[in-house]
Amino acid sequence: MAEIRTGELMNVRHGRPAVLAPGFNFGSITDKISNIVFAERTPLIWWLTFLPAAFFVGVLGVAVTYLFYRGVGIWGITIPIGWGFAIINFVWWVGIGHAGTLISAILLLLKQTWRNSINRFAEAMTLFAVMCAGMFPLLHMGRPWLAYWMFPYPNTMTVWPNFRSPLVWDVFAVSTYFTISLLFWYVGLIPDLATLRDSSVNRWTKLIYGLLALGWRNSARHWKRYESAYLLLAGLATPLVLSVHTVVSFDFAVALVPGWHATIFPPYFVAGAVFSGFAMVLILAIPIRKVYGLEGLITMRHLDNCAKVMLSTGLIVAYGYLMEVFFSWYGVSQYEKYVTWNRAHGLYAPVYWSLIACNVVIPQLLWLRKVRYTPILLFTVSLFVLLGMWLERVVIVVVSLQRDFMPSAWGVYIPTRWDWAVFLGTLGFFMAAFLLFIRLLPMITMFEMRALVSETTEEVKLQA
Amino acid sequence: MKANGKPNDNEAICPGKLNQRELLEAREKVASGPEYWRSLEELAGSEEFRRAVQREFPKGASEWLDPVSRRGFLQLMGASLALAGMTSCVRQPLEPIVPYVRQPEDLILGVPMSYATAMTLNGYAYPQLVTSHEGRPTKIEGNPQHPACLGGSDVFSQASILELYDPDRAQTNLYRGEIQPWMTFVGALRGQIVTQRATQGAGLRFLTPTISSPTLAGQLRSLLQTLPQAKWCQWEPVNRDNVRAGAQMAFGQYVETRYNLLDADVVLCLDADIFSAAYPGNPVYARQYASRRRADPGFVPITDVLNQPLSRTAAAMNRLYSLASTPNLVSGKADHHLALAPYDLERYVRIIATRLGIAAGGGEPRNEYEATWLDGLLKDLQAHRGASAIIAGDAQPPLVHALAHAMNAALGNAGKTVLYTDPVEQNPVDQTAGLQELAADMHAGKVELLVMIDVNPVYDAPADLDFSGGLRQVTGKLYHGLYSNETAQLCDWFMNGTHFLEHWSDARAFDGTAGIVQPLIAPMYGGKSAHELLNAFSNNPDQSGYDTVRSYWRTQFKGSDAEFEPWWRQGVHDGFFANSALPAKAMPVKSITFPPQAPPADGIEVMLRADPSIYDGRFSNNGWLQELPKPLTQVTWDNPVLVGPAMARRLDLKYGDVIEIETSAGRKVKGSLWMQPGQPDNTLTVFLGYGRTRAGRSGSGMGFSAYPLRTTAMPYVLSGSRMRKTGEFYELASGQGVQDMENRRIVRAATLDEFKADPRFAHREEPSPAPGETLYPAFPYTENSWGMSIDQNACVGCNACVIACQAENNIPVVGKQQVARGRRMHWIRVDSYYKGDPANPRVYSQPVPCMQCENAPCELVCPVGATVHSTEGLNDQVYNRCVGTRYCSNNCPYKVRRFNFLLFQDWDTPQLKMLRNPEVTIRSRGVMEKCTYCVQRITKGRIAAEKQDRAVRDYEVQTACQQACPAGAIVFGNLNDKTSRVAALKQQPLDYGLLEDLGTRPRTTYQAIVMNPNPEIPEPTERES
Repeated sequence: MAEIRTGELMNVRHGRPAVLAPGFNFGSITDKISNIVFAERTPLIWWLTFLPAAFFVGVLGVAVTYLFYRGVGIWGITIPIGWGFAIINFVWWVGIGHAGTLISAILLLLKQTWRNSINRFAEAMTLFAVMCAGMFPLLHMGRPWLAYWMFPYPNTMTVWPNFRSPLVWDVFAVSTYFTISLLFWYVGLIPDLATLRDSSVNRWTKLIYGLLALGWRNSARHWKRYESAYLLLAGLATPLVLSVHTVVSFDFAVALVPGWHATIFPPYFVAGAVFSGFAMVLILAIPIRKVYGLEGLITMRHLDNCAKVMLSTGLIVAYGYLMEVFFSWYGVSQYEKYVTWNRAHGLYAPVYWSLIACNVVIPQLLWLRKVRYTPILLFTVSLFVLLGMWLERVVIVVVSLQRDFMPSAWGVYIPTRWDWAVFLGTLGFFMAAFLLFIRLLPMITMFEMRALVSETTEEVKLQA
Repeated sequence: MKANGKPNDNEAICPGKLNQRELLEAREKVASGPEYWRSLEELAGSEEFRRAVQREFPKGASEWLDPVSRRGFLQLMGASLALAGMTSCVRQPLEPIVPYVRQPEDLILGVPMSYATAMTLNGYAYPQLVTSHEGRPTKIEGNPQHPACLGGSDVFSQASILELYDPDRAQTNLYRGEIQPWMTFVGALRGQIVTQRATQGAGLRFLTPTISSPTLAGQLRSLLQTLPQAKWCQWEPVNRDNVRAGAQMAFGQYVETRYNLLDADVVLCLDADIFSAAYPGNPVYARQYASRRRADPGFVPITDVLNQPLSRTAAAMNRLYSLASTPNLVSGKADHHLALAPYDLERYVRIIATRLGIAAGGGEPRNEYEATWLDGLLKDLQAHRGASAIIAGDAQPPLVHALAHAMNAALGNAGKTVLYTDPVEQNPVDQTAGLQELAADMHAGKVELLVMIDVNPVYDAPADLDFSGGLRQVTGKLYHGLYSNETAQLCDWFMNGTHFLEHWSDARAFDGTAGIVQPLIAPMYGGKSAHELLNAFSNNPDQSGYDTVRSYWRTQFKGSDAEFEPWWRQGVHDGFFANSALPAKAMPVKSITFPPQAPPADGIEVMLRADPSIYDGRFSNNGWLQELPKPLTQVTWDNPVLVGPAMARRLDLKYGDVIEIETSAGRKVKGSLWMQPGQPDNTLTVFLGYGRTRAGRSGSGMGFSAYPLRTTAMPYVLSGSRMRKTGEFYELASGQGVQDMENRRIVRAATLDEFKADPRFAHREEPSPAPGETLYPAFPYTENSWGMSIDQNACVGCNACVIACQAENNIPVVGKQQVARGRRMHWIRVDSYYKGDPANPRVYSQPVPCMQCENAPCELVCPVGATVHSTEGLNDQVYNRCVGTRYCSNNCPYKVRRFNFLLFQDWDTPQLKMLRNPEVTIRSRGVMEKCTYCVQRITKGRIAAEKQDRAVRDYEVQTACQQACPAGAIVFGNLNDKTSRVAALKQQPLDYGLLEDLGTRPRTTYQAIVMNPNPEIPEPTERES
């Protein structure tokens, strides 16, 4: 068709591009992916992105050290706005992570094979996003050295954490999420680590990959165990996609703050999480496939599907915004009415309207096939979505807190340089970790892609 | 043993012990002598020591006479001296270790003691009862039995404890920068005195603040008798010269005026802020006014701190009228108020006086509304002859004071609601004229020795006197005070003085009641009181302050020595001498011809007022007062320039704009603007006390000094001034967010008629959950169940509760930048809300402590369970469990929880360690804190009651805010005690909970405000201009 770029010979079935470009066989797929890892020279562009990222990791280190030294007062938080960038970023990062788990687990259970080429790096993205997210609950505490008190361990004080508090649920949710994601990702890596072990030339890489591969022999028995384990983990991870961000949304929904205390928060947050997560997947996928020449493995089909998921979750999020305005108007509470008015007209109105632009207006472009099939446009839309989702957390956390019940307590939140330093630091951390991942580990699941080869070969044969 | 039963000298006592006794006697002689160093050799030469030596080394005693071995002996004796107390007996006597070498009688460690004393401000005594832990005063309360305060307190009294422990206080005597001992000073002074005697003291001048201390005045007077040409001047920057001149005009002599608001049905305040801490008698007036605000005779009456009611049982509600040029506490609370520029205010006072039959001119009111207003006022005044009071503010010109006296006489108020007595101050004079004369003498070089006690004229004297220039012409300059301030810096001798908590003195309260000021701690830095300083001028330089004061009162007491001692002790114990109030006397008003009012000057009228927290600058280094949000403006750490909304709109002025004020004399200062609803048009108000250069860490460099604008001719109102915008911006840190209630029923108010029509008006339109409307079973509070009720009719917005809480609970000061970020740490805050027309709004003051919600939102969300509910109903914050996630603060709808974002507490300064209340934990960084209903006091009271096997009595346990409140607005007690005041208050229909529709079930509730408007005067919103 005219919209599909020439040069990308795709088998077209049902008017959509194929999941895998034709012409691959087992060996070429394996080579294509493992060559990235085994390449002798790291591409320059990798260094050009890694060095700034590493710099920001340094910034993060400095910011965190200073934070522990002086206290959370170095940030812009105050009374009434007791939560600022730390919680905004926490929710943002955790939300981003959900796309990876959705792709890895839910799409697996739904037997959507197009997930095969994106699931590994999406899951890695989840892992790193959850790591970034997990820093914030520790950093934002007034006395972080006592963070372990939030865990239920038998202690001499004979005191348990307060299980009624959503922050304790967060502890369980995020720690569970991280554990399952790590296991899931790792288990999925094992066959590929074995591949790398077998094909590595260097003694040290062979040793390291070998240790990590846990003695995988590619036997039928191993495969059987692998499949059960992987399915189990997928089964465990699937509810997490819904539950983790629901629990995170409870941080707000359980509180009585107007603007927070809404029953729509769980589905609204989960949808928002998937929305931002897929945006991040696209932001990662589009440059990677270009730089590493992986258009054949991460095809337009993937981009199209991700864009569609983004659009649909974006519509759910837009519905959430609409409902907030509706129940503020329809309801009796003057405080809720004020929150809506304040968002649209108050001090932070520019943030709110930018949010509407980024999350509601711009994603409507995804209805257009042209946008979905033009990677650069898709990338831009995804950037706006990511920004918009961050602004949404700003509106939820800051704007609701700054003006709640007592006008005498109304305040203003102005982020300080240390707020920005920690935030940019985590961005740097994420990028650095991700770049290390794509350098040192196969970013696409080789064995799952090999399974797809036979499918496409079949199609070619059919067409021929 | 001798025949008379006494032991023989030196024989019956065990020889070893004899040595010990002799040595100890010798030691005591050294220890108790004057504070100069006596060498060991001198001690060795004393008779006691020689005898001890002889006994201890009987053989060696003879060797003492041998010069060669004397050195060897001295070495041995040195050891002996050092080991004095160790006997040569084999068995050591038991010496139990005690914390005190000489423990004060009645002291039980861990149990604090209270002593009555008083602070003086502007000459008036502010009676206090000070709590002392192990010899360290830690908390000041009002003296509950003193008639001049009825147990109430004020911000200055509460904060004065911090002044005692101020690390920036002077700690040494200095002569031109070098440390000198006291005796050197005395010696130098004797030389000066001799010189002055030659001229009968022609070159000697004393400059003191207003003195009401009979002892000090007596000392000065006797000094002036011996040196008749010497002069004693008094100077207070915010003084009562106008009051005195007004009295002179009206009566031909100085009188002290005080008011009886219990019997006043109508009160008219002419720019008189009788509720502010600086107004003499303010605690009494606040309580008397509050007790007359009962909307229903069946309501619970206001009581004093001892829970004794004040009000007449059948008294109807009073009505408060106010005319003011700057919004103040009275104007905010008044039932009717007119905001008038100073010129118009005087004019309207003249109109009122004319209508009352005094020929004062004045003309006609500006518009129809104000004419109706004045008609209504006059009708009310006439209807309550003998039961009204017209009070003129200190800053008003003498003519207005004279008019007020004349009007009170015309209405028959004198002797009933307005009482005249002899002046309280010992030496009433025109202080400005006195200072002017002194400055002239200084400039002329006539002053050879200037003794300044506790004043700061270099900073606060009128600018046209050029006091510092004059000071340079003075040969000998002596400064005695607490701080090495701007004035002290220019003096030769600086003698560090004593805080009132460190010295003996006396003073008279606003009603004349005389009381003794007793110290609670020995002078921390070895300072001398003013009495001791003046003794250095006399023939008795070593006489202590105690002896001076005591001997003065011995001369005043008519009776024998045997009778004096118990009388004296009773006076010191009570803090006052009973029945020493000055009796009221009849004061006929002279017939006065009031000159016509001069035509108004062209330009802006700039008003200079004492700052509500810093006063005239003396409290500049008091961090608590600097951080205290001022009433109405809520600004901290700076002095704003107040501008009204109309003027701001007209000239396009915004918050924070730096403007330059230029007076008609060409003097200029710059200040930062603050929009003030209720500020009259074409006026600006500037506050004194800021812009100091040598105040200490908290005061230096804060704000700007307005004193350069002040002249002897124009101390309070600078007419004909101009202002211009500089284009700069200067941030002012406010302690409150928004001062509008934003259509939320936070402070509920209605008129008296509306109340009578619907007593439960406070509960309309607000769906609050019914008591049983919950899924959870109610917790049975079997023992105590604490609750609090705050009467918003009584609260005048004075902020005494805020400072009291800060002192009691060791609340840190965070500084301007942190306050600007909203991080002030006050556990109770007094919010000010404006309601109505911005040109003349009502101001509601609402104290907001922790509500101790029964259904607390904070308890639900703390992840580690650091906030829990106690079995007595309190919401407890467990500091050592808190990890600082701040979820509790986010979920608190009242935002009463304060967080230690950084380490706000000062761990290091040693003096502040002495200040802190040892019964309250000091919180570190990362920990949430909040009002605890003074749980330390509750626990103490409960334990005391349990030990006596009884229940806690009502008012036995008082929270710090309750105890300090001068108006008795805060009532705390046990809800399970059906006879308690708080239980009765909560039954009243006016009682409502803040934000109770959220279902928090707060234990702190409020009494809604009932206004008492004059039916003849329409609402301000209906007026035309």
